[in-house]
Amino acid sequence: MATEQRGWDRFDRRRRIGRFVTALIAAVVVVGSWQFMDIGVVNPGTIPREVGDLLTRMYPPDVAYTTRIVGPLIETIHIAVLGTAGALVLSIPVALLAAENTTPNAATFWLGKVIVTVSRSVNTIIWALFFVVLFGSGPLAGAIAIAFRSVGFLGKLLGEEIEEIDFGQVEATRAAGASSTQVLLYGILPQVKPALVGLSIYRWDINIRDSTVLGFVGAGGIGVQLFRAVNAFAWQSVATVLIVILGVVVVTESLSAYTRGLVR
Amino acid sequence: MAAGERTWERPTVFPRREVKWAVYAGIVGFFVWSGFGVGADPARIAQGLGSAGSLVGDFLPPAATPRQAERILDKMLESVAMAMVSTLTGIVLSVPIAFMAAENLSPKPLYAINRGFISVSRAFNAIIIAILAVKAVGFGPLAGILTITFKTVGFFSKLLAEDLEDINMGSVDAVRASGASPIQTLLYGVVPQVIPRFAGLSVYRWDINIRTSTIIGIVGAGGIGSVLLTAFNRYDYQYVTAILLAIIAVVLVAEGVSAVVRRRYN
Repeated sequence: MATEQRGWDRFDRRRRIGRFVTALIAAVVVVGSWQFMDIGVVNPGTIPREVGDLLTRMYPPDVAYTTRIVGPLIETIHIAVLGTAGALVLSIPVALLAAENTTPNAATFWLGKVIVTVSRSVNTIIWALFFVVLFGSGPLAGAIAIAFRSVGFLGKLLGEEIEEIDFGQVEATRAAGASSTQVLLYGILPQVKPALVGLSIYRWDINIRDSTVLGFVGAGGIGVQLFRAVNAFAWQSVATVLIVILGVVVVTESLSAYTRGLVR
Repeated sequence: MAAGERTWERPTVFPRREVKWAVYAGIVGFFVWSGFGVGADPARIAQGLGSAGSLVGDFLPPAATPRQAERILDKMLESVAMAMVSTLTGIVLSVPIAFMAAENLSPKPLYAINRGFISVSRAFNAIIIAILAVKAVGFGPLAGILTITFKTVGFFSKLLAEDLEDINMGSVDAVRASGASPIQTLLYGVVPQVIPRFAGLSVYRWDINIRTSTIIGIVGAGGIGSVLLTAFNRYDYQYVTAILLAIIAVVLVAEGVSAVVRRRYN
């Protein structure tokens, strides 16, 4: 017994080779990517110096600028709220289409999936570019862009919730003679209502963050002020705007976490 | 029993019905205020929808000359390359920050500093970070890598720190009780408990990074975003559609890969 020492290995041979190959591929991809971008030799020392330089220029934040950004800030919140509300209205039919158990047939199921996919794959700022062309620059285009982006998110997650519901209740409502609207209101909606509220608040929280940059493409909000300050190299004003954004985001995030805790 | 007519009322989460109506009224009131705030004037919406018809016509069919197609391919590869590199750098930087931001493993002051850093990283949209990065290191993919790395650190450290806070401290104590040094405790007591989640999170973040890398070019931080913005500014809408289709295709592939890998690790 004692003559032979048996070592312990975490992995057998095949898995060890598998892990090695995976790591090698990852390394090759990363090195290859770096080569492809052709950034050339970067002196790593310059990056902290440049960033540090930027930060020194931002200090101290221009407090007087605060009064100028209250209006745009409220506008940002309006964009996020209205965008979320619009998305909520649009996402309910989309979710019903994209849920396997409520969609009428295969074609509508795929229609739902396509709407969700396209909406989610295109970033808010790209939607905003599109709607600025359509509705002219201003917060309206921003709110619609936010709505179009959020439809996919809400439609997908709400659809998944609908797929999880207890279908017995839906059938019971129908058996009691309910019309299809009534089935929706009394059979399906009560089961997904907590998720509906939780998801929309969560999305509203994300939308506040997204709507801070809409101004870059002319879709309103605090971004307009931010990019004006950046283009003027008014770094101290930029710092003020960033601090205000940070404050708003932290507040909305805790508000959203608190409310989601209530409905869970 | 039969004396009084009893009706059924839907149960509600609110303590009183008056509170419920007040909350609903408040929400609706805010929507109305928002509607006026953004100038959601029906006439303007109708006008926009009217021109939508002809505009959508301009966007279709997607078209790109061979040179434009080549440019899409080149810049798209740049986007993907940025995402690859910055996923790695981001995760490498996230690991120590995550350990320092886990309440059960890190002393209070360190915990507070790292949580603060995470909040800052998460609060700002990638576009804002990208603008600052472009001002700091100039146009090009390097700014993009910095941006995505910074965003990755906030996301990844937060979720990893939450997993670290959920680990079973019993196994950590057991490893320590067998005489392991602090480093060994970390390696054999803590790390094995979060490795599966770590793999899943990495792939998830890689997927998000691919999405991010396709847009930050709009502010000059490398990748396909710059091509998209130029096409928009030249009213070359058919080219825009071609670029958008390329973006959607890449995002879908990334999402598919990420979903498959995450299913294997869960």
